[in-house]
Amino acid sequence: MYLEMKNIVRRFPGVLANDHICLEIEKGEIHGLLGENGAGKTTLMNVLCGLARPDEGEILIDGMKVEFGNCLDAIKCGIGMVHQHFMLVPVFTVTENFILGNEPRKGARIDTARAREMVLELSEKHGLKVDPDALIKDISVGMQQRVEILKALSRGAELMILDEPTAVLTPQEVEDLYRIMRSLQEAGHTIIFITHKLQEIKEITDRVTVLRDGRVVGIVRTKDVEQVELARMMVGRDVVLRVEKDQHAPGEVMMSVKDLRANDSRGLTKLKDITFDVRAGEIVGIAGVAGNGQEELVEVLTGLRKQESGSITLDMQDISQLNPRERMYAGLAHIPQDRQRRGLVMNFSLVDNFLLGYEDLKPFARGPMLDYREAEKFASKLIKMFDVRTPGSQILARTLSGGNQQKAILAREFQRDPKLLIAAQPTRGLDVAAIEFIHNELIKFRDQDKAVLLISMELTEILDLSDRILVIYEGEIVGEFKSGQATPEQLGLLMAGSKKGQM
Amino acid sequence: MENEKNRKTSPLLALISPTQFILGVLLAFIAGAVFLWVFGESPADAYGALFKGAFSSKRYFAETLLSTTPLIFGGLAVALGFRCGLFNMGVEGQIVLGGMAAAYVGYAWELPLLIHLPLALLAGAVAGGIWGAIPGYLKAKHRIHEVITTIMLNYIVFQVAAYMIAVGGPMKADNELPVSPDVLPTAQLARIWEGTRLSGGIFIALIFAVLVWVFLFKTRLGYKMRAVGLNSSAAEFAGIKPGRMMVWAMFLSGALGGLAGAVEVLGVHYKFYSTFSPGYGWDAIAVALLGLNHPVGVVASAFLFGVLRSGSITMQAIAQISKDIVLILSALIIFFTATNQTLRPILERLTLRLDTRRAK
Repeated sequence: MYLEMKNIVRRFPGVLANDHICLEIEKGEIHGLLGENGAGKTTLMNVLCGLARPDEGEILIDGMKVEFGNCLDAIKCGIGMVHQHFMLVPVFTVTENFILGNEPRKGARIDTARAREMVLELSEKHGLKVDPDALIKDISVGMQQRVEILKALSRGAELMILDEPTAVLTPQEVEDLYRIMRSLQEAGHTIIFITHKLQEIKEITDRVTVLRDGRVVGIVRTKDVEQVELARMMVGRDVVLRVEKDQHAPGEVMMSVKDLRANDSRGLTKLKDITFDVRAGEIVGIAGVAGNGQEELVEVLTGLRKQESGSITLDMQDISQLNPRERMYAGLAHIPQDRQRRGLVMNFSLVDNFLLGYEDLKPFARGPMLDYREAEKFASKLIKMFDVRTPGSQILARTLSGGNQQKAILAREFQRDPKLLIAAQPTRGLDVAAIEFIHNELIKFRDQDKAVLLISMELTEILDLSDRILVIYEGEIVGEFKSGQATPEQLGLLMAGSKKGQM
Repeated sequence: MENEKNRKTSPLLALISPTQFILGVLLAFIAGAVFLWVFGESPADAYGALFKGAFSSKRYFAETLLSTTPLIFGGLAVALGFRCGLFNMGVEGQIVLGGMAAAYVGYAWELPLLIHLPLALLAGAVAGGIWGAIPGYLKAKHRIHEVITTIMLNYIVFQVAAYMIAVGGPMKADNELPVSPDVLPTAQLARIWEGTRLSGGIFIALIFAVLVWVFLFKTRLGYKMRAVGLNSSAAEFAGIKPGRMMVWAMFLSGALGGLAGAVEVLGVHYKFYSTFSPGYGWDAIAVALLGLNHPVGVVASAFLFGVLRSGSITMQAIAQISKDIVLILSALIIFFTATNQTLRPILERLTLRLDTRRAK
């Protein structure tokens, strides 16, 4: 046994994040760590890479007990982690990031020539092509990930922890990542692969440990088990993996966007005269790789950003000059991409979070005062309706799991009874059960003849939910498909900028 | 039923903030003792004299409450700004300006008491409020950091104040001193404790502590301000206008500062002079920090700083220990309150342990 974690316990206020978890990793395997959000995967890995100390339990490497006071200790033992959010300096080159904290010196100066060589050497050895002179901010997310992997390798990582590495990648980039993982495995490295996507587990791992509610619920050989079985272990009940959705005839045009042009904060044109409609009873999905104008599109539609030109009509009303609050009142609701930054005030209680956007409306507003008795009633209702798992309405939003935070946002936004809902990455980082719930809610909403604009980087989500798919690339709509007409490959090519797939 | 559940999860969590407060003060006094000892003084004598000076007689205690009054207002001013994510460093200037405006209305206009006193107080509040709103506007519109603008505006006020009562100045009284004329009796705050200088201002301060609490936690505007303070992106997303909230918050913050000055002038000095505030506006920042920006905490820490202020004078007189040691103590309190923020997770974990043990 290469690595053993024995009876790891880690507590947080009000939660037992890791409840006597045992994990065994064999040398040279790709080991999946599967679990819903809040199941304790990240906590366990933080313990393993020295970011957190366990309250109880021990870690053994090759049978020897080790203790990690910090990340460096873990690195010394050959454990490297590639975090979900990359730890790179955007304005540094690949080489500069690569050597950061571990600079080769020539006298007092950094030996840049040597550093560059080191990058090339290592990238050659593992078949990880990177441009050593490119700035991080100019290269794709997939490339940035490679830099992170290379960094870990250069520090002598034998065991590589990849925390949800596919979340930000295009389908093609995911394939590349698998290839890299396999070649690392061949070179004798061990990989712990954290994910909550079953199909990825099936595809790449040798064995998988499933966590639920901070406990290990199963350790299995991947090839011996079906996806449905894994899902049941992870969630604790049967889960429908495919979204079930009936045909629904779209009605009148609900939102119409015409020649919309907008810049980002640096003044670069991010939306180039975009035109599209969303009809009542229709889910329109916008597929695309992150950073191709989706964020700007959402911000312009919701009134957080001024457009340069073009118009937005919602249910025959021109809303392009209205402010966010007026658009909200006009029938626009929005599930933001970054729920912790835009969707919730993390240090507000749930009640206060539910009030966002309602604080000037009856029955909560009473003259200058807020009627907290009404607010409490409202909160209890939403918590029950959307099954938000919380000890109470006074709990701070930040203490809830991602899925429950998202449910709270969904509850609040649906309660506005909007005509059109903009859902940006509504299931990012969520677990299977929460995704199932949210997808069903979106479809239910559509079935009430409401319109949904879905923006997602998850191709499967787009394919599963959308009645119509638009592909965005560098601020332009480069393809349009009806549901069922598009294949992931076609979409992937268009998303990557190739116009060949266009029909 | 919901409520029961809440209580079950956090019976001890509610005690964390007071614990932080007490711990900060305690650590500061211990560290202060070390300083005293290094200087060759007896910590016991010094602290004894300090508390004697704050509590031992009616007059001393009145003086303690007298310093507490402007500190409550000032602490509330800073706390309210913080709640909206703004650091109002201009309270000292707002106090001086508020005092100036209140004094002017107090001596220049002749009105019946019921109108005159409230009007003088209002003048102080409005003057301070406008002075606070300017940095708020600059921050909202032009993203100029309020720490810089509030500090700069202080210096303008200090110079204007000196000019007002200098020889030939527009507010100069008809005598040899650099002071304004006396405030008319109709605009004076009544003394409430015979033989002392204590005025009804302390009650006004306490009323405002309650008002600020209600404002922050029970009104729409207060709610919006807190939302902006904790996460202006989310607030903006929900249709709240962060810029507008910032201007309002700075106006109200400045108004509280102005009231501090007005109450000081109308209740203690009965006239305006440029140095009537011995740095209450600066202490106010420490008061708000120690009070964790909560009105209850502000009242408690204002009282503590009041004790330090009035006690230090006696300490110097009796124990012959420079009252500057109190400056060191205040600095230490700020230091430990700030570092105490790192204690919060530890305290939370500790509570959790206790909770689980009790559950067993």
